[in-house]
Amino acid sequence: MSAHAPSKPTDINIPAGSLWTKMPVIGGVLAVVGLGSVLGMAGGEHRARAMFSYLFAFEIFLGLALAALGFLLIDTVARAGWSVVIRRIAETMAATLPLFAILFLPIVTIGYHELYPWTHEHDTVLERKRWFLSDGFFMGRAVFYFVVWTMLSLVMYRSSLAQDATTDEGARNARVRKLWAFAAPGIILYALTQSFAAIDWMMSLMPHWYSTIFGVYFFAASVQAYFAFMALVVMALQRAGVLKDAVTSEHFHDLGKYTFGFTIFWAYIAFSQFVLIWYANIPEETEFYVMRMHGGWGAISYALPVLHFFVPFFFLLSRHVKRKRTGLALGASYVLFMYLVDFYWLILPNFKVEGQPETHFHLVWTDVMALVGMGGAFFALFSFLLARNKVIAINDPRLEESLVHENY
Amino acid sequence: MTALEKNPRIWGLLAQYENPSTIFTACEKVRDAGYEKWDSCTPFPVHGLEKAMGCKPSKIPWIVLCVGLCGSTFMLWFESFAMGNLYPMVVGGKPLFSLPAFVPIWYEITVLSSCLTAFFANWILSGLPQPNHPAFNSKAFERVTDDKFFIMIESEDPKFDIEQTRALLQSTGATLVEELPS
Repeated sequence: MSAHAPSKPTDINIPAGSLWTKMPVIGGVLAVVGLGSVLGMAGGEHRARAMFSYLFAFEIFLGLALAALGFLLIDTVARAGWSVVIRRIAETMAATLPLFAILFLPIVTIGYHELYPWTHEHDTVLERKRWFLSDGFFMGRAVFYFVVWTMLSLVMYRSSLAQDATTDEGARNARVRKLWAFAAPGIILYALTQSFAAIDWMMSLMPHWYSTIFGVYFFAASVQAYFAFMALVVMALQRAGVLKDAVTSEHFHDLGKYTFGFTIFWAYIAFSQFVLIWYANIPEETEFYVMRMHGGWGAISYALPVLHFFVPFFFLLSRHVKRKRTGLALGASYVLFMYLVDFYWLILPNFKVEGQPETHFHLVWTDVMALVGMGGAFFALFSFLLARNKVIAINDPRLEESLVHENY
Repeated sequence: MTALEKNPRIWGLLAQYENPSTIFTACEKVRDAGYEKWDSCTPFPVHGLEKAMGCKPSKIPWIVLCVGLCGSTFMLWFESFAMGNLYPMVVGGKPLFSLPAFVPIWYEITVLSSCLTAFFANWILSGLPQPNHPAFNSKAFERVTDDKFFIMIESEDPKFDIEQTRALLQSTGATLVEELPS
């Protein structure tokens, strides 16, 4: 407890000459090189494989941006005060969502038939699902998701930016109250769209298979990765000389707790999906796991519960690890890596080579290039928006509460 | 004069403070004076007070971890022993040792044993249940659940000296220092 009210942080603008100010250009170059090479590859004979790489990288970064939006909405509704010091960073991450509408275009143009078998295959089951999995409805839903996400994220972002300029206390409090009313129905829209987007873009890679928990799986995995990602981004920003005193071990502790909590949540959801399918043992459901037991995928299937749950669980269990920068950075990097492995395992087994009965685990260079390119595009916009404004919501009525935040 | 009146035994000294910041600095002074058997009582949690008091980190996390792991191991053993040896029964054509089927109970028992341990370890380490306490004899202490803050130093503390301790407490900004009869 400090005896006096904390003074507002002054290191709230990214200093000129730091890597973050050069990031829009660096990220842009990486995006052009990475995505250009993947899409160039998609123009040739390896179109399907390149587009699977592209979809994998797309879902990775879409998951992070979407989780940032979910975090904002939930924090707004819960009236959380502790997170105000990092809220602008989350808002900026969520504000990159419109970019994903553009990045989505190659998936429905170049890779549409290669990725989604239901676009050209015909059988009784698919005919019954046709009302949902049809070109028009699929595209319409995609447009709807992006409209909702853009609306939600930009309203939150703009309102927060407008607050930076107002010093009138009444206006600031009115803004907070308005966002409470906005975020509550926003959560419903968010939950439905992100869940259906996961079903549309990832689950329909395997159109005969279904899992009602799949949308939650996507949510759990991406939110877990998001908190790890956020901790790393804040550490990188502090290295650049921003928010050095504003974000303390207490905030990092909370980010670590969230990462830890969602590690358990991910395992809970992943296991719930598995145990029902395993118990019922119906071929149309077990297909998902059967195909992930062969061709090199089996090792990853067995490794996931250990490396994606037990290892981070025990590593992040202690509060001392979460409160130390090195400990949290190590845990967060590991969790992010397992997020990549998890999504790779979800998406890539659906890539089938014609004439071969089963798929094989085979890492190719387009996987890496797609990640680099997609990350470049994400970081280009993120750092561009971040450098243009203050990195903290400096006039938020609860900033003081957040600055003195302490865990018990 | 009875022996008790000649040599009145007191349980300790009780000091009353008006707000969180005075009790905060008072705790730091009592801590720095080297007292060990003492405690503070506040109407609401005061952040960082445990640091001002110099409390050692709680042992509860370690106790919970140990008992949780024991409960976890026991349950996994018990499930496989019961399903495999005591009542071998084939369910749904699955093998007798079917790990996925054991996981929900395994998990629940881990959580249950950890939670109960945390709950009862907290009681035991805090000396609960404690129906009565010498501080309850003080009329002033009734306001601890309302708007006053208290520090009490036990007479059993090796550094305890009725005059010196009283002087220390008064010097920390206490608005009232009382003797607590044992």
